[in-house]
Amino acid sequence: MDDLHLLTAHEIKIAIDSGVEPSAVLDAVQKRIEAIDSKVKAFAYVNKKATQVKRGGKLSGIPVLIKDNICVKDEATTCSSKILEAFSPPYDATVIKRLKDSGAVLIGKANMDEFAFGSSCETSCYGPTRNPWDLDRIPGGSSGGSAAAVAASQTIMALGSDTGGSIRQPAALCGVVGLKPTYGRVSRYGLIAFASSLDQIGPITKDVEDAALLLGVIAGHDVLDSTSVDIPVPDYCKSLTKDIKGLRLGVPKEYFVKGIDPEVETAVKKSIETLRGLGAIVVDISLPHTEYAVSTYYIIGSAEASSNLARFDGAHYGYRDTDAKDMIDMYVRTRSKGFGDEAKRRILLGTYCLSAGYYDAYYLKALKVRTKIKEDFERAFALCDCIVTPTTPTPAFKIGEKTNDPLAMYLSDIFTIPANLAGLPGISIPCGFSSGGLPIGMQIMARPFGEETIFRASYAFEQSTDFHKRRPTI
Amino acid sequence: MNIDRDTVRRVALLSRLSLADSELDGYCSQMGSILTYISKLNEIDTKDVAPTSHPLSTLKNVYRKDVPKPSLTTAEALQNAPSKEGDFFKVPQVIEKK
Repeated sequence: MDDLHLLTAHEIKIAIDSGVEPSAVLDAVQKRIEAIDSKVKAFAYVNKKATQVKRGGKLSGIPVLIKDNICVKDEATTCSSKILEAFSPPYDATVIKRLKDSGAVLIGKANMDEFAFGSSCETSCYGPTRNPWDLDRIPGGSSGGSAAAVAASQTIMALGSDTGGSIRQPAALCGVVGLKPTYGRVSRYGLIAFASSLDQIGPITKDVEDAALLLGVIAGHDVLDSTSVDIPVPDYCKSLTKDIKGLRLGVPKEYFVKGIDPEVETAVKKSIETLRGLGAIVVDISLPHTEYAVSTYYIIGSAEASSNLARFDGAHYGYRDTDAKDMIDMYVRTRSKGFGDEAKRRILLGTYCLSAGYYDAYYLKALKVRTKIKEDFERAFALCDCIVTPTTPTPAFKIGEKTNDPLAMYLSDIFTIPANLAGLPGISIPCGFSSGGLPIGMQIMARPFGEETIFRASYAFEQSTDFHKRRPTI
Repeated sequence: MNIDRDTVRRVALLSRLSLADSELDGYCSQMGSILTYISKLNEIDTKDVAPTSHPLSTLKNVYRKDVPKPSLTTAEALQNAPSKEGDFFKVPQVIEKK
């Protein structure tokens, strides 16, 4: 079989059980990478010696691509930043340990926006990843390499991380499935921190069943991350029932406002009707503080980032400028040459918002508005089981279109940011295509630890449509 | 909102970044427009609102028993050092010579 790379993980599991060699799957994927990655540029690093560490297990023989901000022992892990060039972690992230134990084959590291700062993959020190549906367009970000590689069948599954939409937004723009789990569902140990109160690792896959399968492997309590929550991990695949009769779907009016692309609006509204046709009850809801989410996020996210990135000083690992005269000079030269433009901008903004005289006006104010945003969701979930919205206001934009206007770039995450501020789980699934043939994504959010509800709703939708089966011709 | 060059220079110093003069104006105008957008938050009355620093309301400080466990070896901890000497990270001189 030459087309094993086109299969999903659950299809490959069946193929392997009926005699297909796992090495044939890896071969097919590696040939595909070799053939098209010079065009897509989804990989920061290809592990040509990829092997299966353990036999058996839930992901036995399945190739998985890892976002480049997740530590893999003794393999390059750079966050697509010059400041971490040549860094190879002396330990595995907890999610990596779990993947290896489950039999997964780690095939390399995915390109990303530098330190996950971006919505387009254009801030990577390796240059941009391209959208496999249209190579002149961005794949979204920051997990753009992960989403593009899944869409282009250069991997079977991938891990991304999501701080303000970095899994869901690229999944939407590349026509694949991306899930940000509830804050605390997946250990962050070994994820190089961007904003510690917002970051979560999650799956990017070809369909909902694969997302359920992969989440089941990586989720769970970890003593090495004290913010991971000690509640049992359900068998997510049991939620894939197609039955959503009586499920209450909230549709917030604030997510269908001026500025949203009409084709996106039409596709999502049509999809809500599909869900209604499957037996769901549609309820109008309001999330009145939605318009404040981007401001709140850019204060909190940048403040936490400026603090987390203080550790990159050239002393212990990564890039060091060797012309320095003294310690302070080493820090300044290393950081000024090692960080790219967007990283500097976020560090400056975050430091400003945390500095004496501005802390109360910006940082503390944002934490209070975060409470209001969280309360909006608590009120909404009294009326519904999940919330359905567009994932992004527009389909994929052109490379270079928003690079000179940071604020316009920030606004492309307007629908995904609220779930991070409130700690909620959210998925993006394919729900249509623009007239130009670009994928459109629908977001489904649920209560904290309501991933089963998300899987139930999204699987029912997916199985009654065929958007997830379309692949770009590349 | 206007952010002047001195403010950006001061924040850069706090951030241990040095910006070329040619970069300063770009950061001034971009930070100015971002902060203007962000000031939208002042429309909301938050007088009696408690801050949320963390999404998990149930989270408490987690303590572990103070028992020795294996950790990274010295060689592993040093494997990425830009410069080292013996079992130490090597950095430029910190204390001035008399």
